[in-house]
Amino acid sequence: MSVLLLAEVAGGALALDATAKSASAASALGPVTALVCGPAEAAATAAGIAGIDKVLHCADDSVANGLAENLSALILQLAGGVTHIVAPATNSGKNVLPRVAALLDAMVITDVTKVLDANTFKRPIYAGNAIQTVQSQDAVKVLSIRTAAFEAAATGNAAPVETVTLSDAPALSAHLEDMVVKSDRPELSSAKVVVSGGRGVGSEADFALISGLADKLGAAVGASRAAVDSGFAANDLQVGQTGKVVAPDLYVAVGISGAIQHLAGMKDSKVIVAINKDEDAPIFQVADYGLVADLFDAVPELTGTL
Amino acid sequence: MKVLVPVKRVIDYNVKVRVKADGSGVDLANVKMSMNPFDEISVEAAIRMKEAGVASEVVVVSIGDAKSMETLRTALAMGADRGIMIEAPEATEIEPLAVAKILKAVVDEEQPQLVIAGKQAIDNDMNATGQMLAALLGWGQATFASALEIADGKAQVTREVDGGLQKIEVALPAIVTTDLRLNEPRYASLPNIMKAKKKPVAEKTAADYGVDTTPRLKVVATEEPAGREAGIKVGSVGELVEKLKERALV
Ligand SMILES: Cc1cc2nc3c(=O)[nH]c(=O)nc-3n(C[C@H](O)[C@H](O)[C@H](O)COP(=O)(O)OP(=O)(O)OC[C@H]3O[C@@H](n4cnc5c(N)ncnc54)[C@H](O)[C@@H]3O)c2cc1C
Repeated sequence: MSVLLLAEVAGGALALDATAKSASAASALGPVTALVCGPAEAAATAAGIAGIDKVLHCADDSVANGLAENLSALILQLAGGVTHIVAPATNSGKNVLPRVAALLDAMVITDVTKVLDANTFKRPIYAGNAIQTVQSQDAVKVLSIRTAAFEAAATGNAAPVETVTLSDAPALSAHLEDMVVKSDRPELSSAKVVVSGGRGVGSEADFALISGLADKLGAAVGASRAAVDSGFAANDLQVGQTGKVVAPDLYVAVGISGAIQHLAGMKDSKVIVAINKDEDAPIFQVADYGLVADLFDAVPELTGTL
Repeated sequence: MKVLVPVKRVIDYNVKVRVKADGSGVDLANVKMSMNPFDEISVEAAIRMKEAGVASEVVVVSIGDAKSMETLRTALAMGADRGIMIEAPEATEIEPLAVAKILKAVVDEEQPQLVIAGKQAIDNDMNATGQMLAALLGWGQATFASALEIADGKAQVTREVDGGLQKIEVALPAIVTTDLRLNEPRYASLPNIMKAKKKPVAEKTAADYGVDTTPRLKVVATEEPAGREAGIKVGSVGELVEKLKERALV
């Protein structure tokens, strides 16, 4: 058995948390070769992750932006003899892995939360309201890892790095532009503390209450779909079934009702705090500490007290 | 330009799903079913292209049990021109790979320039069919679209990615999968629901396309997720801070 792991590269650097968590899932399946598409520093960082036996580094422009057609061609080029192809279940992993699976005539297994053996995996369905155990009969198993469900592998390793290039890029698509907001806050998926705001926050201007509390706590900022749809927060901050899945030590939900789709993204947090003026809001059913209050009173007071 | 939109009948997003006591699956008896919300967004995108004169025909296709016809009629009532109903085992049991293979056969027959699919179905949450179809056709793909424009034989697509947004260009024919921010789907009006009943729907079976729909993944068990212990209500911000300090969280 052997595993090809697609490392996560974001903004020109290795996304260490997502890659190290996927590496710990992957290393249970056999020796791991990590593919890093990006700058040499990203490959060097990946080589430091425990459980990664070898790094393949591709610096080609054709795969630098994660274009699925080119990236899946590269993965296929390198996948000879591997039994498992693994990537974190990020948007970039979800973009490319099903394409790879179909090219191998395999059924992709997305959002794996547990590896039981080489063929058997757990994954959530129906917004996490059921957990399915599935067994794959495909020759090559293609899986995306729900990183929030795994511990990060340690660092301090020194795996060898080899250079690879994509021999034949399909060139069906072209990258035009990234519109990425740089932030000094911790990254949402890997943060120890997350403060999320919902429709109750009321406006983009008042969303500063959420970011103010987050900054006081050294936390990442999250949002409900309603807050994103209303333009209070950026799309990549959406937590939930169809957004990001987080499991921080502390999750603070402010002005969020607790719809199934939101809970799907945060109910595995260690401690949940909810601030909502409606005492019957479903969010209180999953909250360790619930505060029934107007957020416009409670949040400034909380930020001031901390 | 012809646009093809696959639509899936799924449990309504407002329904809380229960796992069957014997662990054999989830209980779908007597629950409300609807069109997968992302597919509504896809249908809306296609209809808007037709209204803007970019698309000439919108064909919707549903693969599932006989009741998927309702879903197809909903898409027709929203404004799609014609439907293809492909009967197959229960929609939730048929896997994205098999669906993609059937859709490939449909694409070979219909020759659309664009397929617009939802990014994920809210039942199995796989997020795979569009990408798999693109692979089987050898077409370009633009997933998680929050904006879509067609010009000069290309689709310019703004994608929702991990750190924000990304704009890419895909040569047509191509597959686009839709994200939540692409549009707000319309409701079908009563007159349009009546009209939709007369729109043409071709009835087929998966076997007509020679696709083996046997699942590749064997479901060994379906279980409830671990529940959370009920927490407490605190009376004030001060009490909340105290509790969080006790647990060394602040
Ligand atoms: C296909 C699909 C996918 C979806 N995916 C997601 C997803 O990934 N993530 C997600 O979050 N949602 C998702 N949703 C949406 C979800 O169903 C809910 O609509 C959404 O989560 C509601 O957001 P909210 O809690 O912010 O808003 P609301 O439900 O409107 O709740 C607002 C809350 O704020 C409280 N409030 C108002 N004013 C105050 C105040 N002054 N002080 C204190 N509290 C106040 C109210 O009591 C209420 O509980 C999805 C829906 C669909 C159909």
